[in-house]
Amino acid sequence: MLRQHGDESAHSTLDVLWVLYDRILRYDPKNPRSEDRDRFVLSKGHGPEALYAILAAKGFFPIASLKTFMAWESILGSHPDRNQVPGIEASTGSLGHGLSMAVGMALALRLKKSERRVFALIGDGECNEGSIWEAILLAGSRQLSNLTCIAMNNHSSSLELGDLAAKFAAFGGLPRRSMAAHMHKSMRHSREEMTHARWLLSQRSNSELSISLSAEEKMKT
Amino acid sequence: MNMRQQMVKTLEELMACDERLVVVLAVISYSLFNQTTSAFAKRILNLGIMEQTMVSVAAGIAMEGFIPVVHSITPFLVERPFEQIKDDFCYQQLSGKFISTGASYDYSTEGMTHQGSGAVQILRSLPGMQIVVPGTPGEFDALLRESYANGANTYFRLNVQSNPREYPVRFGKLAVLKRGKQATVIAVGPMLAAVLPAVENMDVTLLYCTTVAPFDGETLRETSQSSNIVLVEPYYGGALTPDIWAALQQSPIRIEAIGVPHQLLTHYGTPRQHDEAIGLTPQGIRCRIEAFLA
Repeated sequence: MLRQHGDESAHSTLDVLWVLYDRILRYDPKNPRSEDRDRFVLSKGHGPEALYAILAAKGFFPIASLKTFMAWESILGSHPDRNQVPGIEASTGSLGHGLSMAVGMALALRLKKSERRVFALIGDGECNEGSIWEAILLAGSRQLSNLTCIAMNNHSSSLELGDLAAKFAAFGGLPRRSMAAHMHKSMRHSREEMTHARWLLSQRSNSELSISLSAEEKMKT
Repeated sequence: MNMRQQMVKTLEELMACDERLVVVLAVISYSLFNQTTSAFAKRILNLGIMEQTMVSVAAGIAMEGFIPVVHSITPFLVERPFEQIKDDFCYQQLSGKFISTGASYDYSTEGMTHQGSGAVQILRSLPGMQIVVPGTPGEFDALLRESYANGANTYFRLNVQSNPREYPVRFGKLAVLKRGKQATVIAVGPMLAAVLPAVENMDVTLLYCTTVAPFDGETLRETSQSSNIVLVEPYYGGALTPDIWAALQQSPIRIEAIGVPHQLLTHYGTPRQHDEAIGLTPQGIRCRIEAFLA
């Protein structure tokens, strides 16, 4: 019972995370804080099981660690800790912090003239938090082309959010494309209707376009 | 030059020679910075009026190896985004420097939304949070230079009023201004202006405290010759009481904690009028000490 919400959160993020870690993000699991890496922030920090599984599968830490999930001496809690888990960029759990931290990372990478990118995954429930909208306003006004925010709409918001992509656009983000009613046929929660509203927070470039397309192609398989 | 002007001057000087420094603002004080000097103008980020995001953005900047300096008026720096300071800096073990302007009832005409008498007590709840309360612009300058790159989270409480005289202060150290037997008086930051005349001709040890956390219990232990301890703080009184108990736990002591009373301050007027209304004047403090020692 206690984990029910987390289970759903974990499964709902699995395909997006796999596409990111298998096809898009640049990283070296042997050197998880390498300067030459893309940064990923799980802003909706609850339900990190899918992320842990993928990080283990990609070699950030031993797969055997997954069995220790939430145990006393485990590095893997039900919210991720950047100081304990190799590959975790930000300790999240309190909703509405991660996207703003990702904006900070993107601003810092720009100061460093780095070409690496920042990705953040937020949830529709998390979009009730005011700080999410602060972050989107800011990212839009700063034209952060090195930041991609992925919003997962699995209708966990108790408020009716309407057209999320339109809201993001109104706040200054550029919605890339939304995949409405994408069904999770392979998932236990197959009835769950998924909308992946993905948007880019500045002008498009060819590289960003190809990243987005490759993500969607993979998700459809 | 007041403390806020000193902040801008010191930060600009440090930014010119240390590329790790990034100033993160939510409008407040942005106009005071030199925004055209190319050497560091890009590292002064005015995000707009969004304090929660200001602190989280600063944490993201810290993750990339920079030293963020976050600044606003006390309640908007400390109280509104407190959870961001706690989670994003403290729990993530990142380092940031937090500098507030307008302490306690400095902005007396603005009403209670702009008061910040609780900031020190609130931040004191965070493990590892350093708290600096300078008494003059020069002391702030010295303390910031000494601690800005120390890898910790440090809060600087800037006052509008400054002490008339400056002392050579060191981060994390009490300054011993006077030695005596009847009591040990600890004056925090800008309270020294009222405490010095208050204890004139009294046989007391006077310690001047500009680093509230970590507290210099060692100097207190070495210099205190009395079981009577008087603490005078410019915010809700008693914040240092647990540190004093811890430092002097071997000996029985009494503590008189003088500070801003824990009540709503609904008046406007001037900071000076507030001082008088709550007894934070030389006469008021002297009366409290005499009654305590009687």
